[in-house]
Amino acid sequence: MSTKRTDSNIYTIVFAVILVVVVGSLLAFFANATKDMRVNNDKVKTQLDILSSIGVEATRANATEMFNQYIKKQFVVEGTTATEDAEAYLIDVKKEQNAAKEGKTQRLPIFEAEKDGKTIYIVPVRGNGLWDAIWGYVALNDDLKSIYGVFFDHKGETPGLGANITEPFFKDDFKGEMIYGPSGDFKSVTVSKSNGDPNNTDKTDNEVDAISGATITGNGVTAMLKKGLGLYLPYFETLKK
Amino acid sequence: MADTKTKEKEPLFSKKNLGLVKDPLADNNPITVQVLGICSALAITAELKASVIMALSVIFVTAMGNVVISLMRNIIPNSIRIITQLVVAATLVILVDLTLKAFVPDLAKKLSVFIGLIITNCIIMGRFEAFALGNTPWKSFLDGIGNGLGYGVILVIVGFFRELLGSGDLFGLGKTYLGHPLLGNPIKGELSGLYALGYENNGFMLLAPMALITLGLIIGFQRSRNKSLIEETH
Repeated sequence: MSTKRTDSNIYTIVFAVILVVVVGSLLAFFANATKDMRVNNDKVKTQLDILSSIGVEATRANATEMFNQYIKKQFVVEGTTATEDAEAYLIDVKKEQNAAKEGKTQRLPIFEAEKDGKTIYIVPVRGNGLWDAIWGYVALNDDLKSIYGVFFDHKGETPGLGANITEPFFKDDFKGEMIYGPSGDFKSVTVSKSNGDPNNTDKTDNEVDAISGATITGNGVTAMLKKGLGLYLPYFETLKK
Repeated sequence: MADTKTKEKEPLFSKKNLGLVKDPLADNNPITVQVLGICSALAITAELKASVIMALSVIFVTAMGNVVISLMRNIIPNSIRIITQLVVAATLVILVDLTLKAFVPDLAKKLSVFIGLIITNCIIMGRFEAFALGNTPWKSFLDGIGNGLGYGVILVIVGFFRELLGSGDLFGLGKTYLGHPLLGNPIKGELSGLYALGYENNGFMLLAPMALITLGLIIGFQRSRNKSLIEETH
């Protein structure tokens, strides 16, 4: 064996260097070549997701057009003041959450949509599921007390279990659900294993039916909504006046 | 899979070469006989669609990776051959990932977790090490296809039973989209089909333990048909 040319140390090192350089350049070139496509895909996906929360199912081809048609205004909320910003939908919620942890003011995007003559407010939310991040958009009716529709997505929840938060059967349960309790206190919406209301006919209990086998993802959704919507409460108060 | 007509016309598909594709499908299956790649077989088979996508991805990576390793088999230094194999597998997986993200972003989204899992699949490294390092590219390619298929077949069988019995669904289509729901509609108040007769989905099927039991039943069934697979017990 020791007579083989490929066993020498020099050969091994040279081979490793060449392999890494070749593979590295190949991947870097490929990543760069597809970068613009991927960035644009992400933008379009965000537009689709926001539209999905108000029940508009667009395709990748007409997403931008539909987005401009339905989303009338975009604001960035800081505290109780809102500034109009046509690119508010591109704000990275994760970055803003990290900025908030460092003590900076979190910039909160909010979108004003108009559908069937009704004004709908859409806010992004983000939290953690079982394996990785979960996020979504919550569309609120113009009374800012009940949910018009939701959109959820996740990075890596278990297929068939936690990943089902993206399914209509789960998201539809949120429609019409109140986020305030009977006495007007903020309750958000809880994903409950024990609400005994599988068809979700009671819209005032602040609860929707959980997915079997996806307890931690469900709890993640609950926490995400409570925290995410909670951030906007001061601004909602100014809107209601 | 085995087509006797192509065998006569095409020497590339000699009986031995065909065996490379056929054997892993049954008597030398990577999952049920060699017991490799179990982790992903348990993790992602709650849905049939995920099983199929994972199977296709693994077939691609085993086949292409086997070819690349086989082409390099005479120049790979022995002392770093494992890490070289790992680099090849990882590179292929990243290329697949980038391509999917650029051209079919929605499919890429569904695959996200599984793409990473492919690199850790023991079958891939196993085939690189045990086969591609000592065989020609064409044979390695067939071996990769065969083992990928052998893995995929088991994934699809497990996924079929888990999704059917666990969610009452197949490919996520049975519930609402097809004109005739597979088992009926399970939502309370509008029970139909089997559900109206008192049938209920077994949620346990969606959890990993039932994947293991399903896999165990497949292994048991296979060994009951082919006694030579049963190991000697002492």
